[in-house]
Amino acid sequence: MLKGFWKLSWVEAKVFVREPMGLFGTIGMPVILFLVLGRVLAAGPKDLAPASAPPFNVAILGALLIALGSVQSLVAIIAIYREGGILKRLRATPLSPVTILSAQVGVKLAFALVSLSLLVLAGKRVFPGVMHVNVISFAGALLLSTFSILSLGFVLASIVPTARFAQPIGTAVLYPMLALSGLFFPVDRLPHAAQIAALALPTTHAVALMQGIWDGSGWAAHWMDAGALIVFFAVFTALSTRVFRWE
Amino acid sequence: MTRVISVSHLGKRYGSTVAVDDVSLDVFAGEIFGLIGPNGAGKTTTMECLQGHRQADRGSISVLGLDPRRDATALRKRIGVQHQEAQLQKRIKVWEAVDLWSSLYSRVVDTDVLLARLGLEAKRNAWFMTLSGGQKQRLFIALALVHEPELVFLDELTTGLDPQARRTIWDLITNIRTGGTTVFLTTHLMEEAERLCDRVAIIERGRLIEVGAPAALVRKHCPEHAVVFTSDAGGVAERFQQLPAVRSATSNGATHTIRGEGEDFVTDVIHLIARDGLHVRGFRTEFPTLEDVFLKLTGHAIRD
Repeated sequence: MLKGFWKLSWVEAKVFVREPMGLFGTIGMPVILFLVLGRVLAAGPKDLAPASAPPFNVAILGALLIALGSVQSLVAIIAIYREGGILKRLRATPLSPVTILSAQVGVKLAFALVSLSLLVLAGKRVFPGVMHVNVISFAGALLLSTFSILSLGFVLASIVPTARFAQPIGTAVLYPMLALSGLFFPVDRLPHAAQIAALALPTTHAVALMQGIWDGSGWAAHWMDAGALIVFFAVFTALSTRVFRWE
Repeated sequence: MTRVISVSHLGKRYGSTVAVDDVSLDVFAGEIFGLIGPNGAGKTTTMECLQGHRQADRGSISVLGLDPRRDATALRKRIGVQHQEAQLQKRIKVWEAVDLWSSLYSRVVDTDVLLARLGLEAKRNAWFMTLSGGQKQRLFIALALVHEPELVFLDELTTGLDPQARRTIWDLITNIRTGGTTVFLTTHLMEEAERLCDRVAIIERGRLIEVGAPAALVRKHCPEHAVVFTSDAGGVAERFQQLPAVRSATSNGATHTIRGEGEDFVTDVIHLIARDGLHVRGFRTEFPTLEDVFLKLTGHAIRD
């Protein structure tokens, strides 16, 4: 059913682009935030912040927002499609359940990649000399992170009661993970309990992996984080096959 | 006649709620078969078991010679479905939906012809969210028909539509059957069942209580019909009471209601009016409908 997968993905991509707010939130917002925050932090008063570098990596924040935005949008779409009977109608076709859901994930990953490309292009223009990261490797790390967090999104999509709750529940679960991710405070300086919680969240490993690649170390140095993301993916996917509801 | 659907002693419960208690029925090739009953009677559950969408707790089902659960994939290619109150992606265009659906089957009809047949050619590029209720339902019919299925399931197709849109849909369904496709539909609109269906099954609290052609069911359960006319002549009621086909005759001022049954009843009434030279100002006949049959069999109106 490869033909069905491409057709469905293509239709879903077109439908997604036609909704201006959704498109802006998923693609434009992380890039704009990256540019604005980057500017502000780089031009901050010298006596308040060290001039050399911002207190955290704004590019990784942007990348993480891309991942979380994709997940939030996936949760919302699955909830809306379930409530509207769209999932049920698609299941009544010869399409396999896996194809139907893969198309949704595929579209989210594709848009995450578009957003990342915009972020890199903007970064190279606005902050020349800073963006010397291996873009392919970084994109790979972001895709793996997004993939892993998307599987958490499926679990969320399974348990949100109605489409109306999808957005707030998504926000409430996803964005607080940023605080413990190690992006703003190094994980080893957190209280012990918070450290354990941080290690149990995919975002923490996503940040560690992307930070490592940003700093120039290769995948080999961060195989534990990459492995953790894959384990998260496996566990969440297994969980969502048990709890996912089509209607 | 070829049997397209064969169900015996189907049962399905959700927790402690019995959705379908005991349903047995046969549907034959080329007919429009209607499952009628109030909301919550078990119509949709029965239909979903036939489509292989739900696993029945009891009984056996054969659809196009297949077991709907075991042969689900094979069955999906040969049936078309329309779900109750379904939606599509808000911003999907009409042609995109039809194109997507037609890419999923190996043998499909010409989609342009299909859209024209359903009166949707002018809406090809319209987003789903901008369509009227009737247009949405016609699109769902298009999606159900895109692969020339042998059997189509339509669940509460015209609920919520205005009378004109409803009539358009009725014509379309009659055409589907003319094309050789068997139609299995559910409705709680008795007029719809009476107009469309070759045979109906009345379902009440998960049990089938009667199956047959609408006209035959009316004849069987509500044989009595009435002639109502206005005339200033005197002693009208007494005159008609002597006719053998008449059950009752009452007068209310100049309006007279004669009730009776049998093939000859109306003719007999007309003969008597002619014989006695009664001057009649108005004349109409009243026939019972499926609605009356339902009321008689269940003791309540279907919209309760």
